[in-house]
Amino acid sequence: MRQIIIIGSGPAGFTAAIYAARANLKPLLIASSVEAGGELMNTTEVENFPGFPEGIQGPELMAKMQEQAERFGTEVVYDDVTELELTGPTKTVTLGSGETHEALAVIFATGSAYRKLGLPDEERLSGRGVSWCATCDGFFFKEKTIAVIGGGDSAMEEATFLTRFASKVYVVHRKDTLRASKIMQERAFANPKIEFVWNSAVVGITGAEAVDGLRLRNTVSGEETSLPVGGVFVAIGNDPRTHLVHAQLDLTPEGTIAVAGRSSKTSQTGVFAAGDVIDPTYRQAVTAAASGTVAALDAEHYLASLPADLLADAGETELVTVTN
Amino acid sequence: MSARAVTDATFDQEVINNEKTVLVDFWAEWCGPCRAVSPILDQIASENADKIDIVKLNVDDFPALAAKYQITSIPAMKVFQKGEVVKTVIGAKPKVALVADLAAYLA
Repeated sequence: MRQIIIIGSGPAGFTAAIYAARANLKPLLIASSVEAGGELMNTTEVENFPGFPEGIQGPELMAKMQEQAERFGTEVVYDDVTELELTGPTKTVTLGSGETHEALAVIFATGSAYRKLGLPDEERLSGRGVSWCATCDGFFFKEKTIAVIGGGDSAMEEATFLTRFASKVYVVHRKDTLRASKIMQERAFANPKIEFVWNSAVVGITGAEAVDGLRLRNTVSGEETSLPVGGVFVAIGNDPRTHLVHAQLDLTPEGTIAVAGRSSKTSQTGVFAAGDVIDPTYRQAVTAAASGTVAALDAEHYLASLPADLLADAGETELVTVTN
Repeated sequence: MSARAVTDATFDQEVINNEKTVLVDFWAEWCGPCRAVSPILDQIASENADKIDIVKLNVDDFPALAAKYQITSIPAMKVFQKGEVVKTVIGAKPKVALVADLAAYLA
């Protein structure tokens, strides 16, 4: 059994790991098999993380965080959690490989997943012009007219990035003002290839074999129009990834994991949560990192309060069982 | 075993005229999810070497083939049998999910 397991490998998970490792808790961090590093892995330039005045590429920032966590003894596993048992003093974490790990404390930092539009043709045309990853797929839209849906920072970043490839990028937004930060807005407004389509909700994606357009409904007049585009990038926000724990931990009305006050304490003793999975509001790399710190300190405090015999059992870090 | 790279020159021989089932992984260096799924495909390839060949095509180097197969999202994994695409999987997925998607071709 271990003292602590951290689930998630974004800024919250790795910052929690840095603190836990420096507290000599020998954390095991479950990083996921294909999404290790989290959301920053699919971003380009990060310009608002303090300490990098010239900006830093998202994947490079995550590699540095991991290096820092590993330097102090964090063990990283590239696998996915399939099952969690969080009740009782010993927490059990089961991985895709069938391995089971036990710990006295768990930090849950699984972040959030891209929100879908929820339209019937979205799935059918996914990979045929509908995309959630501008850095992956922008290349395929050279000299095409495309649309980005959303009004936040990620929509502005994607739209601006996509003008490297596309001849024209429409930004379709439900309102007539943006949620994005001023600097990202101004960059998008100044880009001659970007045109804003305001007060417009996407009610359909059209195309037989591949995307050929959007059906839009004006949110003020109710009028429906078609917008011919060869591709559509969806950036309408994220939903907290709580499917593993929604039956075991209390959630907030926003769907994030509920924590007590300014702490990271969830409704289950010994289980802490950090990052986007508890944050419906700010959701920045820096706030996630700070939240990871809070969780590691709360967990450290909790572990220190446990009876000595329990902690003695948690000195062992080997695998508990392998079921397949 | 690491998946073999195919090119414009070898695609017909390695994929189209291959007697075996072939999975082509359309990928690029700048695609994070592609790099994440690559070792998983290598594992699937070595565990199922008698049933399926897994090869990779760099879309940056060979855009004509990417265009021919209408790739607009990567990683895109296309299963070929007798030269025809019989299955497409889009996006990086954990091994369990990918094996489930490909179950019909790994049996």
